[in-house]
Amino acid sequence: MKRWFDFLSGSRSSKAGLAFVVVALLILPFALTQAGTAWVRITNLAILFALLSLGLNIVVGFAGLLDLGYIAFYAVGAYTYALLASPHFGLALPFWVVLPIGALIACTFGVLLGAPTLKLRGDYLAIVTLGFGEIVRIFLNNLSQPFNLTNGPRGIARIEPVQIGGVSFRGTDTWFGFSVSGPMKYYYLLLAVLVVVIIINLRLEDSRIGRAWQAIREDELAAKAVGINTTHIKLLAFAMGASFGGIAGGIFAAIQGFISPESFVLVESIMVLAMVVLGGMGNIFGVIAGAVLLSFVPEILRYTVEPLQKSLFGKMIIEPEVIRMLLFGLALVLMMRFRPAGLWPSSTRRRELRGPS
Amino acid sequence: MNSRNPLPGFAKTVLTATLAIALVACGKKEQAPPPAAQAPAAPAETIVKIGHVAPLTGGISHLGKDNENGAALAIEEANKAGITIGGHKIKFEMMGEDDQADPKVGTTVAQKLVDAKVAGIVGHLNSGVTIPASALYNQAGIPMITASATNPALTEQGFKNIFRVVGRDDQQGPAVANYLVSQSKPKTAAVIDDATAYGEGLANEVEKTLKAAGVRVLPREKGTDKTTDWKAILTKLKGKKPDAVFFGGMDASGGPLLKQARELGIKAVFAYGDGACTNKMTELAGAAAEGMICSQAGIPVKAASQSFLDAYKAKFNADPILYAPFTYDAANLLIEAMKKADSTDPAKYLAALHSASHKGASGLIEFDEKGDRKDAEMTIFTMKAGKIEPIAIIKSGKSMTMEEYVAATAPAPAASAPAAAPAAEPAKEPAK
Amino acid sequence: MDIFLQQIINGLTLGSVYAIVALGYTMVYGIIQLINFAHGEVVMLGAMVAFTVITSLVGAQVPLPALLIVLAGTLAAVPVCMATGYMLERVAYRPLRKAPRLAPLITAIGMSIILQHVAMLVWSRNNLAFPQIIPVITFEVAGATITAVQIGIISISFLLMTGLTLMVYRTKLGVAMRATAENASVAALMGVSVDRVIASTFLIGAALGAIAGVMFGSYYGIAHYTMGAVLGLKAFSAAVLGGIGNLAGAMVGGVLLGLVESLGAGYIGDLTDLCRWPLVQGWVSERCQLDGHMILFGSNYQDVFAFLVLILVLVIRPSGLLGERVADRA
Repeated sequence: MKRWFDFLSGSRSSKAGLAFVVVALLILPFALTQAGTAWVRITNLAILFALLSLGLNIVVGFAGLLDLGYIAFYAVGAYTYALLASPHFGLALPFWVVLPIGALIACTFGVLLGAPTLKLRGDYLAIVTLGFGEIVRIFLNNLSQPFNLTNGPRGIARIEPVQIGGVSFRGTDTWFGFSVSGPMKYYYLLLAVLVVVIIINLRLEDSRIGRAWQAIREDELAAKAVGINTTHIKLLAFAMGASFGGIAGGIFAAIQGFISPESFVLVESIMVLAMVVLGGMGNIFGVIAGAVLLSFVPEILRYTVEPLQKSLFGKMIIEPEVIRMLLFGLALVLMMRFRPAGLWPSSTRRRELRGPS
Repeated sequence: MNSRNPLPGFAKTVLTATLAIALVACGKKEQAPPPAAQAPAAPAETIVKIGHVAPLTGGISHLGKDNENGAALAIEEANKAGITIGGHKIKFEMMGEDDQADPKVGTTVAQKLVDAKVAGIVGHLNSGVTIPASALYNQAGIPMITASATNPALTEQGFKNIFRVVGRDDQQGPAVANYLVSQSKPKTAAVIDDATAYGEGLANEVEKTLKAAGVRVLPREKGTDKTTDWKAILTKLKGKKPDAVFFGGMDASGGPLLKQARELGIKAVFAYGDGACTNKMTELAGAAAEGMICSQAGIPVKAASQSFLDAYKAKFNADPILYAPFTYDAANLLIEAMKKADSTDPAKYLAALHSASHKGASGLIEFDEKGDRKDAEMTIFTMKAGKIEPIAIIKSGKSMTMEEYVAATAPAPAASAPAAAPAAEPAKEPAK
Repeated sequence: MDIFLQQIINGLTLGSVYAIVALGYTMVYGIIQLINFAHGEVVMLGAMVAFTVITSLVGAQVPLPALLIVLAGTLAAVPVCMATGYMLERVAYRPLRKAPRLAPLITAIGMSIILQHVAMLVWSRNNLAFPQIIPVITFEVAGATITAVQIGIISISFLLMTGLTLMVYRTKLGVAMRATAENASVAALMGVSVDRVIASTFLIGAALGAIAGVMFGSYYGIAHYTMGAVLGLKAFSAAVLGGIGNLAGAMVGGVLLGLVESLGAGYIGDLTDLCRWPLVQGWVSERCQLDGHMILFGSNYQDVFAFLVLILVLVIRPSGLLGERVADRA
């Protein structure tokens, strides 16, 4: 239970290591700003994807349920935030009220989806969740008639930024002589949320529930035999995963200031899945690494592939976006074939995937 | 169970992040942007950056490139003419970015432009990308002029520095609807859209206008931008016998719609917005496309000023596709405003932009208080022998034929033809 | 009445295409309990290859009748798709046959992303318009119209389904397939070459997919590199609806789904028009007077039907309409 606190009381070197990491993360946005605030924004998106991946990791990595419609919960969180804090309904609730509501509604959707479908076999479940994700998107896209709930494909604009104690996260402020831009403030907010989510995940992993999830993942029949209420436990995984997705969605809406159903398409679900699979299903830090890696891939490609092709052929032959998708596809195939447990696998997952199923 | 220390994983994350920083640092050195406007007493010339954003990769990258060409042409001409602002010789530089038509990427590249302290921005192409990006430009106080985002919501946000030189959906919709009403006098009309921001927005405006004109409008039918099978919807419509059908959407779905309608024996007149106002409709619908009506925001490309068309052809060895005259005008508007205010500081030249009265490639441009173009022209086309042909230009609610329009505006292009267009312009501006 | 009949004809045409694609899913699933997620991409490739052949033949002004040109397109598409299907099986699925069942599903997603983007590189991002060479011949049947192409699609589908059923129940390969589906290891002991049987299942499924792709492309006159995703998903829903792993089920499911979509888009809007519901009339009268209608669910929800059907069937009757109840093999 207190394992993950161990390093606090641990050796001096690990303490120093932790201190280094904390300091590095705290000054990171200032370093990035030197290169351009755009990089802070890219980092923020990476953390956002890390949050999403951690949520999906509970469902796919811990409990072994393949969810292909995960982006629906992200969408629900984002729309909840947008509806409660924008001129669309003339509401402007503070974010610490809206985010929990978003998480709660996303959680409800998770249960609504999970309750009837969890008895389905793994691959059927995957397809049903995929269908669910599409249904949510289609509804968001069409609920402008006959009552204008979501404003349809035109999306919701002028969403309120996060505000804490009178400090708006949109503008630039000067704190202690440092100029802190909007994206930098969101960076710290996201970092804080990420730390909380990591702590929750680490504690879950070794709790009774976490072990029950792993038991179900490895052998559902055996898990049932030893007295685990598999339906409840699986439902809990769906609900928790959905809640994290909802929180990430809410922050996304606040950062963007504008959302539309376009942002919640199937490809996004698959992208998050790719992050989880690549990083290592079930391994919290592996998943975060996967999310950060894949979020930066497009930017890395922008700075490598484009100039490279232009200097070699004088023009662009394969667009970076296409290369990114091809790499995703290839990564999914190769990972399943050669490293099914991911680049940074969790130890149990590794054992499980090595043995015959 | 797991007894590993979480640190290594964390360390890796940090490593990735550090790597990213290193990468950024390198990337930055390559660009090395000198501080834009206020560089004191620059030796030879001061560099002023103008940003241009549009999707340069992806499904509509050809339109994005066309837009960029238009802006690039304006900037090149300004540099050739040699411009002095605030006592400095100015060299304009275009910073072209790719937003991939994705709202997320859009805000990231918008931030890049803000970081680079560009003096003004021409773009973006899609409304869905322009709206979130405009919030960033508004914060930074940098003027943005879009040449192709037609969603009314963009200029309804109350931002003082956001402009558009192209007609809005709620101008285009009424134009094509009114033309439909006046020409084919339908009693009952059906309106279909593809459930995208563009298609639905346009269809809503058309429906409003038709209703106002006393036409009975059937309940809205919707497909998606990927729909190819319209038969169920069309069969339903056939039972209600509409005299006219309007479709808000692109040619890829609008073409099959028209073909299947004729297969089912629907005789109604079909009308489209600019998304399906292309020659591709003939390829997709075959003979069924003949006689369809469609509209484009602004004047038809070939009615743009001759000097622009010639210059474009000479530089890019191609004809402009759709919005290039507008991005050309947008870039010129920025440059003109800077000249007039004698400053490249956005805060100072913004007022000049608001009061601009610019005779550009797409006609006279003046902005209303929202930043929309006053009296934007709309053009109605019809499909004749497999090609779309302009049949009417609508301005200030009045409809005129192509020839009338060219005759009415003939003196202007002739006057600005000899010199590189923008340099010759200010003399004609009313002192305001 | 003619409207209703017309909707039935529309549904039948669409449903026949779904049915043929669904056969590809159901055959593979019947034998190795694997959802070949990339099957939709195979169908897309079929349409693309046929597009290239047909456009180049038309472009070269080869003096052939339209039907022969389409046939040439099909003949080119079938081997390409079969090769793709075989490649999928060898590269993506065979090495994972003993892996947990989620592994091949993830691989399949990866393969379909790759196939889509390779197709995009070859055929561009644009919508490809098929040359309009097939003359539109329409027939009047009791007030409804049906085109020659529609008749062709429905009858070709019917022929293919009959042929496939005969093959599965009358040929040696068919017996081997059924044996492998029943129990692969026992079949292997009986001298069935399981690998070859599985490979030929993929080949047959891919060939059917190719034909479906050509029919879809030439009927609607348009092809796009993402067309396989939605088509595949709907066909998969059709297969599940009928009972996946069951040949007759795929056909019934396909046709049924086509009809559900057609009739749904055709009638659900009128049925959910609140202005026609006496109970809520007082509540909505203002809107009704303004617009004359107040529709809850219109044709905009057409794409939801397939998914709703899929979810309902899986939840209420997981083995589908015609499927037998099988023990959980997970």
